[in-house]
Amino acid sequence: MTRDAFKVESPGPLTTVQDLGRYVYQRFGVPVSGAMDRFALRAGNLLVGNRAGAAALEFTLAGPSLLALRTCRVAVTGAEAPVELDGAPVPQWQAFEAPEGSTLKLGAATDGLRGYLCLGGGIDVPSVLGSRSTYLKSGFGGHEGRALREGDVLRAGRPQLGSVVKQDEPDPAYAPYYGIEHEVRVVLGPQHDAFTDEGKFTLLNSLYTVSPQSDRVGYRLVGPTVEHSGSSDIVSDGAPMGAVQVPGDGQPIVLMADRGVTGGYPKIATVISADLPLIAQARPDDSVRFRAVTVEEAEEIRWEQEAVLLALTGFAERPSGSSYSVTVGGAAYEVVDSNGRHLSLPPDSTRQVESAAHAVRTSTGEFEFDLELGLRTSE
Amino acid sequence: MPYPVPRFLNAGDEAIVVEFGNDISLETNGQVHALAEAAEDAVIEGVIGVVPSYRSALVQYDSMRTTQTEVREALESLLEELSRQPEDDKERSSVVHVPVLYGGDFGPDIDFVAEHNGISVEEVVTLHTEPLYPVYMMGFSPGFPYLGGLSERLVTPRMQTPRVEIPAGSVGIAEAQTGVYPVASPGGWRLIGRTPLSFFDHKRTPPSLLDAGDFVRFTPLQDEAEYEGIAEQVKSGEYAPVTEARE
Repeated sequence: MTRDAFKVESPGPLTTVQDLGRYVYQRFGVPVSGAMDRFALRAGNLLVGNRAGAAALEFTLAGPSLLALRTCRVAVTGAEAPVELDGAPVPQWQAFEAPEGSTLKLGAATDGLRGYLCLGGGIDVPSVLGSRSTYLKSGFGGHEGRALREGDVLRAGRPQLGSVVKQDEPDPAYAPYYGIEHEVRVVLGPQHDAFTDEGKFTLLNSLYTVSPQSDRVGYRLVGPTVEHSGSSDIVSDGAPMGAVQVPGDGQPIVLMADRGVTGGYPKIATVISADLPLIAQARPDDSVRFRAVTVEEAEEIRWEQEAVLLALTGFAERPSGSSYSVTVGGAAYEVVDSNGRHLSLPPDSTRQVESAAHAVRTSTGEFEFDLELGLRTSE
Repeated sequence: MPYPVPRFLNAGDEAIVVEFGNDISLETNGQVHALAEAAEDAVIEGVIGVVPSYRSALVQYDSMRTTQTEVREALESLLEELSRQPEDDKERSSVVHVPVLYGGDFGPDIDFVAEHNGISVEEVVTLHTEPLYPVYMMGFSPGFPYLGGLSERLVTPRMQTPRVEIPAGSVGIAEAQTGVYPVASPGGWRLIGRTPLSFFDHKRTPPSLLDAGDFVRFTPLQDEAEYEGIAEQVKSGEYAPVTEARE
């Protein structure tokens, strides 16, 4: 059975396949890439029953139009944009089914900039250097190393039974609103010593405007000059996502997913992980104000955001390697583990299974897993 | 010179920097690579990436699996272990030979470099092939090595107007740096030669010819026939890079 899921009827301005990025090859100069808004990507994946880091579509400004080649479980998260299934509006931040033959049309973003279309089983593209993320500049990863084009066919990965644990009813009221004025929290460092006290004060007490020269590599901000205490060149070093580097002109640049592995400008501060989605969703001419917090405060804020993710999706990712039970009703099932071993499940039975890497085969021989089918997982 | 004790620097809630010094030297850089390798081997809970650079290592972690305090403690105990290791255990880097056809169409700026430094073209080749160049770090683009150790007699300014496209494998000089363009790209370095080796290929394992912490020795090729011979082997996947152990 084919796993062709969608045919691209219109790709949107910039739509790429992204997951949580490629960390392992940075020592060879390979950028991390990955989703710009990791909260939205993770939420969408959990909603459709995937592990949070599964590959999905990231669209920019406006979404694609897709023809469903088979019935797909889908969730659209991130930027607010009209979603239409055969012309009827569908809410975001909720999972729904796109039946075979239906057309899913995503419009222009009205709040935020980047949206995510997550598909049950993930988007099946080859893993390149440990990730399915597209790195456009070098043309590898994702769908043939490039943005989507009209006529592309996207395949769905095999659903991974038990990737997520249902904790609660999903509540879309927790979906973020991005707005146009962003208060972004930072931790000072690693090179805040390379700036005068006045420079640090300027960064934390001024309003900056997002320049149109902002992309997946970095966000250029325009505003009061941040003063260096000495040279604006440092011995080049590694930069994490969210690093706020300040070149000689004193205008900050927030480094994002496609940043180079190393850079030679001092980094005055780093945007905290919980606020990175605000930068990822900021549009040109939006305003940004920075506020400093400690690392411990940043960790606390991130845990609060994880609680929001859980309340929003109702699902938590199951830790890999844990055991869980599968309950089936009505039909016979086979569970296939990652080593290809089969476990037959007679109707109305419950079996304990060992790891999350399982697929389910129905009695008709097709691989299928749907959270609504009555295949339930419980601790 | 490295600091007496490495410094830990804040880099948000998903990364921490271990800084060993503020200079470009083999000693400082050696400490960076020793920690980077130890951190990768140790598989610290929650650590997802390590970026070694000239004088520091950026350690990235999943803040849902660990905290800055825990990562810092794990790194401190690795540093402690490393400080107890005898010196000669730490230096086990390999030297990768990079064959280069100097001058002609392959190195259109070699005459300029010779003239600028008041030496002959032959001397440019000799001076460029003499040193063992340390790969201090990789960055800028996949497979791009930052090499140290260029002879002072080869220092040449960049072009005022960069070329629109430089072929992959081009060997160039920019001020006191020398390097190789892994893929065709625009650039302003003075080109003195070209290597038939492929520095980066995402379909290959490992993808990069060089690793941070390696050393490079440039070896001169006689003529285009020799260059093309190696290029053919590289293309068919038969070429095995020449390496030697460094004392």
